[in-house]
Amino acid sequence: MPSAPSKLYADDVSLLVVTLDTNPFFWSTFSVSFSDFLSQVLAFLNSILLLSQLNQLVVIATGCNSCGYVYDSASSKNHAPPTASMPALYSNLLHNLEQFVARDQKLSKPDHDTQGIVPASLLSGALSMALCYIQRAFRSGSMHPQPRILCLQGSADGPEQYVAIMNAIFSAQRSTVPIDSCYIGSNNSAFLQQASYITGGIYYKPPQLDGLFQYLSTVFATDLHSRAFLRLPKSLGVDFRASCFCHKQTIDMGYVCSVCLSIFCERHDKCSTCGSVFGQAKQDVTSANSKKRKA
Amino acid sequence: MSKIPERPLNGDVEDDDEDEANDGLEAWERTYAEDRSWEDLQEDESGLLRPIDDTAIYHAQYRRRLRALASTAATARIQKGLIRYLYVVVDLSKAASERDFRPSRMAVIGRQVETFIREFFDQNPLSHVGLVTIKDGIAHCLTELGGSPESHIKALMGKLDCSGDASLQNALELVLGYLNQIPSYGHREVLILYSALSTCDPGDLMETIQKCKKSKIRCSVIGLAAEMFICKHLCQETGGTYYVALDETHFKELILEHAPPPPAISEYATANLIKMGFPQRAAEGSVAICTCHEEAKTGGGYTCPRCKVRVCELPTECRICGLTLISSPHLARSYHHLFPIVPFDEVSPSSQNDPHNSLLNTCFGCQQSLHTQGSKPGLSVTCPKCKQQFCLDCDIYIHESLHNCPGCESFRHSKSEIASQ
Repeated sequence: MPSAPSKLYADDVSLLVVTLDTNPFFWSTFSVSFSDFLSQVLAFLNSILLLSQLNQLVVIATGCNSCGYVYDSASSKNHAPPTASMPALYSNLLHNLEQFVARDQKLSKPDHDTQGIVPASLLSGALSMALCYIQRAFRSGSMHPQPRILCLQGSADGPEQYVAIMNAIFSAQRSTVPIDSCYIGSNNSAFLQQASYITGGIYYKPPQLDGLFQYLSTVFATDLHSRAFLRLPKSLGVDFRASCFCHKQTIDMGYVCSVCLSIFCERHDKCSTCGSVFGQAKQDVTSANSKKRKA
Repeated sequence: MSKIPERPLNGDVEDDDEDEANDGLEAWERTYAEDRSWEDLQEDESGLLRPIDDTAIYHAQYRRRLRALASTAATARIQKGLIRYLYVVVDLSKAASERDFRPSRMAVIGRQVETFIREFFDQNPLSHVGLVTIKDGIAHCLTELGGSPESHIKALMGKLDCSGDASLQNALELVLGYLNQIPSYGHREVLILYSALSTCDPGDLMETIQKCKKSKIRCSVIGLAAEMFICKHLCQETGGTYYVALDETHFKELILEHAPPPPAISEYATANLIKMGFPQRAAEGSVAICTCHEEAKTGGGYTCPRCKVRVCELPTECRICGLTLISSPHLARSYHHLFPIVPFDEVSPSSQNDPHNSLLNTCFGCQQSLHTQGSKPGLSVTCPKCKQQFCLDCDIYIHESLHNCPGCESFRHSKSEIASQ
């Protein structure tokens, strides 16, 4: 690949950052094996690079103990000579992926296994890394490929990552980077639904995993410019209701602490998160005031 | 910038042309493109003229800002005033037409208020802004407190012409009247962009200042001309800040300092539980009349959970029952103020070159090599928690926009340690 300034980017040149879920706890319980999944994904990744010679592809593996870059089409390191049986993309990616999975496994602690719960993949880390990479592309000059993120995710959401994932989503929104998500797990992922909705990406849950390649190539291979001309899957509504901090129930009306914005489903005297003591409720008075002002 | 007066400067001109060839514009072109192009030059050790390497300066400024923030956060458990009611007072008196800022003070103010309002709502989605202008000695309320950046910007851009004198008292009295109505949990703030060097008041301004102090309104002033005693007094009394802008970039810096929420002072706003509604998005294709525009619209609205009325945009206040309507991402947008990430430690270039670190010589975030940053030794930073190295650009991006440390987020063990603290 030539260096960035010499390229003349058209509006349909993409920088695609793919986050690939490699959570072993998920894949060991899932109906489709990881190698079947990977063979379809690899064909898709190859087709992205074939769509335009200027397209750039970065793959980040999302493990359950760590995240890491496993492929970068712009990097000079992966120009290993292709073997007779495999093209360079596959051999490089698979080699790095194997190393990553082995390293990820070593990092796992025994106490996670004993709990019997499937730990969530570190999506927040992978998204943060992807956004850092994309910022580098933005810095490279006024002409840069159109960046987007594609999350290939299977494992369920990790509630402890909520704040970090929301931070990443807002940062992506500010720099107008759409987050596409292809979720193959059993239930819908609320995090990815919100991510795609807020950043203007596509959220899609393929109903049949045998044809994954077809879903990937028809929905997620389209560059941002061409999307305007296509009828792509629309979001079926995203649930933006909050859940309260005290009982974890989804509520449509609740109380919010004015200091730390914690959400409660009933009135408390003291905030359990930040410890501020609440003054007299003047809520009804003020809402009456504001009504008067509007009138 | 050190100047060596003995040295003749004209011998170095062709040198400096070569240096700037990659800058996009030639030096002679830049004299026409912008003012004061000589300020972008500095002398190096041998006395040659060089363009100022502003990445290092920019980063140093950013580090200073970050350290200042971190030190205030360390002294006390800081609570932030996340629900703010801010009036921006724009002085459109004769003095605003002065041309010491290019093209005029007024145009600069208009431009920067626009960026400020966008940034403000990005950082404080639950807050409200109103605009007040001072002209001909009277204060005029341009927009009422509201949550939509577009309407404010549109209103200001349509009213950018100036005449007459400025009156600080009239502006404060007007704002005082509005801010006294807001709920007790809200933080009342006034930001005055003052061009004039005098104030033409109908009564005693000191009394008004005391009234502002009593109503717990935090008044800040950014001057565009010179320091004035009365502005300083006002800011000191009410706990605000007073700065005078040197040029447009400085002015932008000063105004954007008001975008992140200020530390909450407990006697300024009482903590309270606010009743809020989390409306659901109505199904696409359903027709309803919204209360904000009073016209029938198809789909894409939100329904107030208390009175079932339709609104178009969140966050807002229900026009019928007065319930604050928000969605959970709006709350999440403010959480990074409460859980900031620690400043990264700088790594000296010498320790970077020792063989232990040679494997880790790419930035953890963007994979950029930390060695090949021009001829100068590449600076880098590490996160004190996860010990990952980052380049300076990622450092700024992580702290100013992302608010996540990619290193801490991508290792489970470090996460559980943080959780147990």
